[in-house]
Amino acid sequence: MSGTKPTVRGWLEPVRQAGAQVDEVLCAAGYTVGLLVRTFAATRYLPRRRRFFLDAAHAAGVKSMPVSLVVALFAGMILALQTGIELRRLGQTELIGNILSLSMCREMGPFMTGIILAATVGSAIAAEVGTMKVSDEVTALDVMSIDVANYIVLPRVAAMTLMCPTVTVVTDLVGIAGGAVVSHFHLGITQQTYWLAVRESLTSTTSILPKDVYVGLVKAIVFGCTIAIVSCSAGLRAGGGALGVGRAVQRAVMASIILIIVLGYAITWLFYFLLPE
Amino acid sequence: MIELRGVCKRLGSREVLRGLDLVVPEGLNYVLMGRSGTGKSVTLKHVIGILRPDAGSVKVDGVEVPGLRRKELQELRRKMGYLFQNGALINWLTVEENVALPLVENTRMARSEIRDRVQETLKVVGMDHAARQFPPDVSGGMRLRAGLARALVGRPRYVLYDEPNAGLDPIMARQIHELIAHVRDRFQVTGLLVTHSRQCALDTGDRIGVLDEGRIVAEGTMEEMWQSTHPLVRSFLSGHAD
Ligand SMILES: Nc1ncnc2c1ncn2[C@@H]1O[C@H](COP(=O)(O)OP(=O)(O)OP(=O)(O)O)[C@@H](O)[C@H]1O
Ligand SMILES: [Mg+2]
Repeated sequence: MSGTKPTVRGWLEPVRQAGAQVDEVLCAAGYTVGLLVRTFAATRYLPRRRRFFLDAAHAAGVKSMPVSLVVALFAGMILALQTGIELRRLGQTELIGNILSLSMCREMGPFMTGIILAATVGSAIAAEVGTMKVSDEVTALDVMSIDVANYIVLPRVAAMTLMCPTVTVVTDLVGIAGGAVVSHFHLGITQQTYWLAVRESLTSTTSILPKDVYVGLVKAIVFGCTIAIVSCSAGLRAGGGALGVGRAVQRAVMASIILIIVLGYAITWLFYFLLPE
Repeated sequence: MIELRGVCKRLGSREVLRGLDLVVPEGLNYVLMGRSGTGKSVTLKHVIGILRPDAGSVKVDGVEVPGLRRKELQELRRKMGYLFQNGALINWLTVEENVALPLVENTRMARSEIRDRVQETLKVVGMDHAARQFPPDVSGGMRLRAGLARALVGRPRYVLYDEPNAGLDPIMARQIHELIAHVRDRFQVTGLLVTHSRQCALDTGDRIGVLDEGRIVAEGTMEEMWQSTHPLVRSFLSGHAD
């Protein structure tokens, strides 16, 4: 061993480690995509899984709602306050309703909901599925010829795909309401002016839902599905007892948050640049 | 008949099985003994087709397990029950629903027929009084019984038992052993048990094999084993390993 002069092996060690990491991430991504395909292929069994589906949907709503409400309310208030200060300088405070409703529906609502669901429900899914994995329950299903994608993953993915947009709508509304409170007390905007501006932004003459609203909901749907599949996948890849479950939860939340940001960008780009009107 | 010939398996950097030969005759309980980490669970996983051997052959009823396609493997698994180390029940289903699971998912049996079969099987393992409880709310011994009921509910010809007494007190363990012996006679099942407990081998074993370093190092009936001079066999039989 030479203490001062690293060997070639020593130099290459970080490279090798980085390579191993990339390899691991690619394997995980491959497995997750495969799982998603298997889950979609099993969609026709959803009516048989309605009990688990309802349980999972209920759990998702109940777990995330308190945090979502508080975060949305304050996010709306902060946004109104910050924007209001600038608008007042320009003498355009009556625009606050438009700005709040658009930014909540387009971006902030789905994004905040996604992050909150990843942290509350995604982590719970990863822990639950991971525990099943390390206590041989997943192997037991395999031995009984029961498809894990169909039995475990499908109800959870379906529930999250439904609940994420649902919670997002609530988040949007609460955020906008938070803006109304601030506008009223700090910016001197009447409730009527504010809500008229909101209504003007959120209605469309050409379609049932204005683009800003439905693109937000598309995001929420994609986020919900992503969080569920990533969390199930992390759980199913867990190994090595309780410690492995902990790592699976951590991986699930990290991967979910990164994917929410990246997919959020991709969807915005798709709808506003690739398919403008 | 379950037949393993020259099975080799490397997992990670360890050669777990190194030419394992094992024959489980029809209608008997074969007990495979070995220390922790010698590859007992790995052996069972080969028999049921979760793991494939690197070399050698695994046959059940003369059919080569590793060569089976998905559908054929599912067909084979219908003939087998597997009792996991701690029951491996699904926590959000009641005991009854857990036991019914293989029938509900894989057969076209009528609801009433499934209910009767589940009741009957739960009675055999002495769990009929706890049918409506959830696995986390019952004792380890009861979870194991429920796991056994789930393994038996499809009326398999073979049952693989992975440490059926792990984590049980001696009295509870004896009850499970008696149940395993009873199950063999009642349903004419062929059993392959893995354990490191002498008591388990004494209570349930028609034939005993001792696994070490990836091979069977001694094999025979209980009487033959008492005659053995192999040090590992002696230490198992003297109960030091219990
Ligand atoms: N999937 C796997 N990947 C890597 N190594 C494994 C895997 N499964 C088992 N092993 C290793 O193979 C060896 C045998 O494992 P096995 O579970 O068969 O032991 P066992 O005899 O059942 O022991 P125990 O009494 O602890 O259950 C162990 O050293 C284990 O670390
Ligand atoms: Mg084992």
